Amino acid sequence: MPTQRTAVSSQLAEVADPWPAHGGEPETAILCVEELRKNALSNSRDASRAGDAAIGIRGVSKSFGDDGDDGRLPALQAIDLEIRRNEFVCLLGPSGCGKSTLLNIIGGLLKPSTGEVFVNGRRVVGPLPRDIAFVFQEDTLLPWYTIAQNMHVALEFQGVPREERPERVRAALEAVGMSEFARYYPHQLSVGMKQRIAMSRGLSLQTDIVLMDEPFAALDEQTRMVLGEDLSGLLEQTHKTIVFVTHSLAEAVFLSDRIFVFTARPARLKSIVTVDEPHPRRPDFMTSDKFNGLRNRLYGLLREEIREAVRQNV
Amino acid sequence: MRMQRLLGIFSSPKWIQAGFIAAVFVAWHVLTLSGRISSLFLPSPGAVYAALTQIVASGAVVQAIGTTLRTVLIAYVGAAVLGTTAGFAITRSQYLCRLLEPLLSGLFAIPLTLFFPLFLLFFGIGPGSKIAYGMTYAFFPIALNTISGVIHVDGKLIAAARSMGAPPHLLFRRVLLPGALPVILTGLRIGFFICFATVLGGETLSSISGLGHEVANSAQLMDSSRMFAWILVVIATSFCLVMLAGRLERLRGDLRGGESR
Repeated sequence: MPTQRTAVSSQLAEVADPWPAHGGEPETAILCVEELRKNALSNSRDASRAGDAAIGIRGVSKSFGDDGDDGRLPALQAIDLEIRRNEFVCLLGPSGCGKSTLLNIIGGLLKPSTGEVFVNGRRVVGPLPRDIAFVFQEDTLLPWYTIAQNMHVALEFQGVPREERPERVRAALEAVGMSEFARYYPHQLSVGMKQRIAMSRGLSLQTDIVLMDEPFAALDEQTRMVLGEDLSGLLEQTHKTIVFVTHSLAEAVFLSDRIFVFTARPARLKSIVTVDEPHPRRPDFMTSDKFNGLRNRLYGLLREEIREAVRQNV
Repeated sequence: MRMQRLLGIFSSPKWIQAGFIAAVFVAWHVLTLSGRISSLFLPSPGAVYAALTQIVASGAVVQAIGTTLRTVLIAYVGAAVLGTTAGFAITRSQYLCRLLEPLLSGLFAIPLTLFFPLFLLFFGIGPGSKIAYGMTYAFFPIALNTISGVIHVDGKLIAAARSMGAPPHLLFRRVLLPGALPVILTGLRIGFFICFATVLGGETLSSISGLGHEVANSAQLMDSSRMFAWILVVIATSFCLVMLAGRLERLRGDLRGGESR
């Protein structure tokens, strides 16, 4: 991954990576939001750089409810960020802050109230099934189809020619070691197995970008860790850009190249934390001082926001 | 010991249900034997049986069942096609749902029996008025259940399908239809029995043939034995229909495993 990152000559990358002076620790660069926004804005004006980022988010805000409605709920406020190709980023923030909303906006499932999203240099106006695959938090396998049929239907939705589908379904199931369950119905599988299938369905669509909305949230900690390792390994082979929503600090550190930290609702970008550790990551990374340092730093950034989120939800 | 065992056998639901039916017949028989009740109000089981054999032998039963079932079938197929189509069409727009769903619920709450004379006026005394009446009544539960089934399909499944680029016809075939099917089938079942009851009611009120007509006609001729015999025929017919519906539902359950992609 690091080699690919240097290939991305975005100004953001140059600024964010060698930033020892600001963060104090060489491997953890934390950028002040204001500086970051200035950078992002200046980048956005530079047309030649528009194609470098896999995903560009410019001044995106989102409110739910009608204009002038008392129940109008601001979810996102003036979000500017860029996600590079082949990068694994986490959107981290307190529960209910609007991270998933941002993910749905990136994927074209929701329209932003203001601002624009660019994917591979094109403005997003609706779902982009050729560029973006989703993996959702809850089980989104169709309960009336078998596992193999679900994979097949996903490719059918995407418009993959009929004759290519069986082979791709077979390969995708093999990649996650689930071939023997092809004829099972989703309700016959455990939550962890279903999520593994959902992940493999997302990857089988062969998009450059995969958006994952707390895919491991419903799992127990042990299954979470195993799937996290699997994912880190799969990425090494497939070179995808992944945007991963989570509220787990450890998950964010373990998986990400960069972590975007958000405030409580309405979500604003608070900070960006870089995790300089090659993929695939091994379990012993989790016990290292670097891991713990980053995790504590994230907790420090989030503490206030979590308290605020708890206050909002009372 | 033996007593307890016997009690055990006879307390099974099947025995109690059979016992209940037997008790009704015994009570009926005893009541008519006592001579306290005029045979005009309650003819003896023997007299009813005699009337029953007579209407069966004359071929009237087969003919009446044929007329009624044909009427019900036409009304029902019409209601099923119109109801599901309208239901799906309405769910295509949130605005239409908000506009029409309460309207349909409201109309369904009005006892349409009040309008039966209008149906007679428009469609005549023959099966036509009963078809229109049964179709109208059965349309509502079928359309309402179709709407409810489709709008309660898990939004996450629809979002996932959209994110994968599902075009409208595939979204319908792979997600909306199978997702809404259980609720739609419930509507179709309710619709069927409403249709059956409505057609019988219509025939009883005003008609020239069919089971309802025979019951009402016998009553008007003060031929109670015959009227009770016809009522038994109606009960037997609807019992068979219930059994058939149950059989069809189980068949669907069996087929489910092999549902095609």
